[in-house]
Amino acid sequence: MDLILKIWRQKDAKSTGKFVTYSLKNISPNCSFLEMLDILNEQLIQKNEEPVVFDHDCREGICGMCSLYINGRPHGPDDAVTACQLHMRKFKDGDTIVIEPWRARPFPVIRDLMVDRSAFDKIIQEGGYVSVNTGGAAEANNILVGKENSELAMDAAACIGCGACVAACKNASAMLFVSAKVSQFALLPQGQVEAKQRVKKMVKMMDELGFGNCTNTYACEAECPKLISRSNIARMNREFMCAKVI
Amino acid sequence: MNSSFFRFSSITKKIWMAFLGLFLMIFLVVHLGINLCLLRDDGGAWFTAAAHFMGTNYIVKVFEIGLFAGFIIHILLGIILQVQNWMARPVRYMVSNKTDTPFLSKYMIYTGGIVLIFLVIHFINFYFIKLGWVSNPNVSADGEPEFYTIAQQLFANPVYSILYICLFIVLGFHLNQAFQAAWQTLGINHPQYTTCIRRFGTFYAIVVPLGFIIIPFYYLFIR
Repeated sequence: MDLILKIWRQKDAKSTGKFVTYSLKNISPNCSFLEMLDILNEQLIQKNEEPVVFDHDCREGICGMCSLYINGRPHGPDDAVTACQLHMRKFKDGDTIVIEPWRARPFPVIRDLMVDRSAFDKIIQEGGYVSVNTGGAAEANNILVGKENSELAMDAAACIGCGACVAACKNASAMLFVSAKVSQFALLPQGQVEAKQRVKKMVKMMDELGFGNCTNTYACEAECPKLISRSNIARMNREFMCAKVI
Repeated sequence: MNSSFFRFSSITKKIWMAFLGLFLMIFLVVHLGINLCLLRDDGGAWFTAAAHFMGTNYIVKVFEIGLFAGFIIHILLGIILQVQNWMARPVRYMVSNKTDTPFLSKYMIYTGGIVLIFLVIHFINFYFIKLGWVSNPNVSADGEPEFYTIAQQLFANPVYSILYICLFIVLGFHLNQAFQAAWQTLGINHPQYTTCIRRFGTFYAIVVPLGFIIIPFYYLFIR
């Protein structure tokens, strides 16, 4: 495949970025999207040019590091996959591919396609955990958990925190991410002890960091590579109301 | 209820938006009931009686205060939330978003804005006359506006009637998204009932605006 790439290049967080166009020839349709970028970077290095900086780690869709906005969609044109799981067979020979970094005020661009997503870490630090005293491990079956709730909690816990929900949302809202993290604990008895404080503190931090407000377009759900459901947002709203009113 | 309830977080603002939006949807049905009296060929007797009741009944007057507060807060919160949303993405994408989302769900602020413009026109045409802020020849000797005559004159104007029809089509799209979104915001999302809520919302968003649209059609083509 021959491709034309339009890639956002930005030297550092303070510089003004711009799109740079590159031509790539003889790319295999079986190549992954990130491998295609690796090939581009090899060519740039050979020409003594700066390679394109982009986040990646596991390259098998579980770490949540890749964060590319490809032709108007986070993680590209395939559904329920991360950019590292996207293959070039999803594109056509001669296609122009525009690659942008996630765009949101709390996700500043560090360089090229790499953004700082530590805003998510700050939200997690506010309550995305269960406090457990050290000591001998308790018998797991002492606390009974319903099958349905354990499945829902596991579905919520599948969130890898990639930020595609924020990137897809027209408001750059982080509601799907925060609600998944709130839900995975709220659904389990171990998480209910700190549930009220958790939801209040995590929502407060989300607001302080400058994420937008949810307007129920459900773009987040549509673009989530882990298919996190919007029902988590409703659950977080319920949790929040109960925590505030009761 | 503790004092922090009044410190408005993003979710609190949205919950108020949802509550007030649902309240306004109930009011819209009452308004439709009164407007449909215009279709009766009784010289405006029913319509005038209904308008008189709404204008003089003390219970209705109490609700009227709640209604205006509801409108103002709903509109203000909508604007505040939208400004925050614009600020959350200072640098826009070069390629506009291609994500598949419900029809017009991304444009609620614009459909809401169109409804607001009409609301201002509607107030100038009716409510401000009642308050004496706008002069109109169709005011009786005792100072009571003849709303039936005013409505007839407005609907006889094809430009007003067409704008009125267009507005209610836009309102229908606004309500279709708003109804199910309000329940989602209020935490109601259930595998069984959410589908019913969405269908009822669509039913309401078609039937109620259609009820309003029938009136200019009647005045333009049938009467």
